[in-house]
Amino acid sequence: MTLNRLNYGGTCHIPPIPHTAALAVQGLSFRYPGTTVETLEGVDFTVTPGERVALVGPNGAGKSTLLKLILGLEQHNRGTISVYGNPAHQCLHRVSIVPQRSSVDWRFPVTVRQVVMMGRYVHLGWFKRPKSEDRDRVQHSMEMMEITDLAHRQVGELSGGQQQRVMLARTLAHDADLMLMDEPLNHVDISTQELIFHTLERLTTAGKAAIVSTHDLGILTVHFSRAVFLDHRVIADGPVREVLTPETIAAAYGFVFHRDYHGVPADSAQPHGHYGGDHG
Amino acid sequence: MVEWLIEPLGFAFVVRGLIAGLLAALACATLSAFVVWRGMAFVGSALAHAILPGIVVAYALGISLFIGALGAAILAVAGIGLVSRRGQLREDTAIGVIFAGFFALGIFLLSRIVSYQDLSHILFGNILGVARGDLVAMAIVVAIVLLGVAASFKELLVTSFDPAHAVAIGLSPDLLRYGLLMLLALTTVVAIQTVGVVLVLALLVTPGAAASLLSRHMGRIMAISVGFSVVATAVGFYASYYWNVASGSAIVLTLTSFFLVAWIANRIARRASYVS
Repeated sequence: MTLNRLNYGGTCHIPPIPHTAALAVQGLSFRYPGTTVETLEGVDFTVTPGERVALVGPNGAGKSTLLKLILGLEQHNRGTISVYGNPAHQCLHRVSIVPQRSSVDWRFPVTVRQVVMMGRYVHLGWFKRPKSEDRDRVQHSMEMMEITDLAHRQVGELSGGQQQRVMLARTLAHDADLMLMDEPLNHVDISTQELIFHTLERLTTAGKAAIVSTHDLGILTVHFSRAVFLDHRVIADGPVREVLTPETIAAAYGFVFHRDYHGVPADSAQPHGHYGGDHG
Repeated sequence: MVEWLIEPLGFAFVVRGLIAGLLAALACATLSAFVVWRGMAFVGSALAHAILPGIVVAYALGISLFIGALGAAILAVAGIGLVSRRGQLREDTAIGVIFAGFFALGIFLLSRIVSYQDLSHILFGNILGVARGDLVAMAIVVAIVLLGVAASFKELLVTSFDPAHAVAIGLSPDLLRYGLLMLLALTTVVAIQTVGVVLVLALLVTPGAAASLLSRHMGRIMAISVGFSVVATAVGFYASYYWNVASGSAIVLTLTSFFLVAWIANRIARRASYVS
């Protein structure tokens, strides 16, 4: 961990550079220390403000790693990452994360309100207690995610859907311009899923950007305008309707797709190898 | 009854012992909730044992035991970090190796340097043997621990609950973890006076564990822990005075009985909610 990452609560006065991408990733390569395989290899893509991008690929494709690099949880080997025209990690309040469920200690005794308040910490820093403005934001975020009645419950007692609402409320309280979400739809009920997407839609319409990683292809067509298929490198990137082809899916999920050339119904096409993710 | 309670307090050394015990209870119980919920029982135990050589060396040189203990703790923590950093060995393996090595070194030095009487005091505690200067040092250390936890409470919460978010907002979970380990080391030195090296772990784990069976709210868990520890220390103190039993064992046995009661209460409450 480098020291420049320890700027917790340091107020960032660097303005976003106008007309730049919310996120620009160029030539990004990364390999975990002690391994010989590149987890990410020359990844390029940009996200403009107001965009809602699905990051798609099988487990182990490097989706979580890419999000970690954007956040600075890992240091990349090559390439650049910039957020609103500035180097990533310069303005920490500008990027928020809804982490993968497994990286959170749900049994830890914290209440829903305490977790949502954690979204304000980036604005507070050391030794500062939340002010009324912070409490108002927390309250408002909980209202938006319809969890005010759970405010004093311990997060571990909640259902998967309720827990994910808490995490989204925390991201709302964080008030970031670029929101990252790592598999936010695992173990989530349909009404929570709808609420999450409804909220995301409102925020992106207002000019914020969101990147949502998923291995669930079903939700793509409904909720995203753009998808980036990742399998250690970018396999396809574009409007969902254009990139969601059998060929891209087959390439991303590591099997060979045989297009039938006799006009036989498509179900006679036999995928080879194992399908890496699960259908939602 | 009142006379029975007041009688021991006529002696200055006894009053010092009681104050020392309460200070140790306060510091340990404050950290206990984090030890329990961050899964630091093993590293806490290891640290309590690993500071032994530091204490013996400080004792032999006639310098403050706190400095010796803190020095040993820093070396032990750095050693654990160094051995497990590259991921070749799991952290608990590194802790086990370093902990045993340091403790053995402590015993070795003890047997070479000081008498058996001193050894038993360090291993099992002697609540009635607190010097005036010790008490001042203990009070300062306890104040540091309480202020440290109060000042970094929200950061400790976020690094414990969601380390990814913590890093994303510029916090270092490692830094907080090492800070917490240092507070643990300081607390251990205070507690050694009353319960000794061997039973420090009980003061660090049992109050938080018992309180966690009664509440799921961090603030309340900490408050209940402190309550349990203070009462247990008082009980241990009087037992030590009137029946000449080792203060540490009496304190820990009282805490353990609190834990049993909390456990039974928790079972009954769960059964009741299951039935209804």
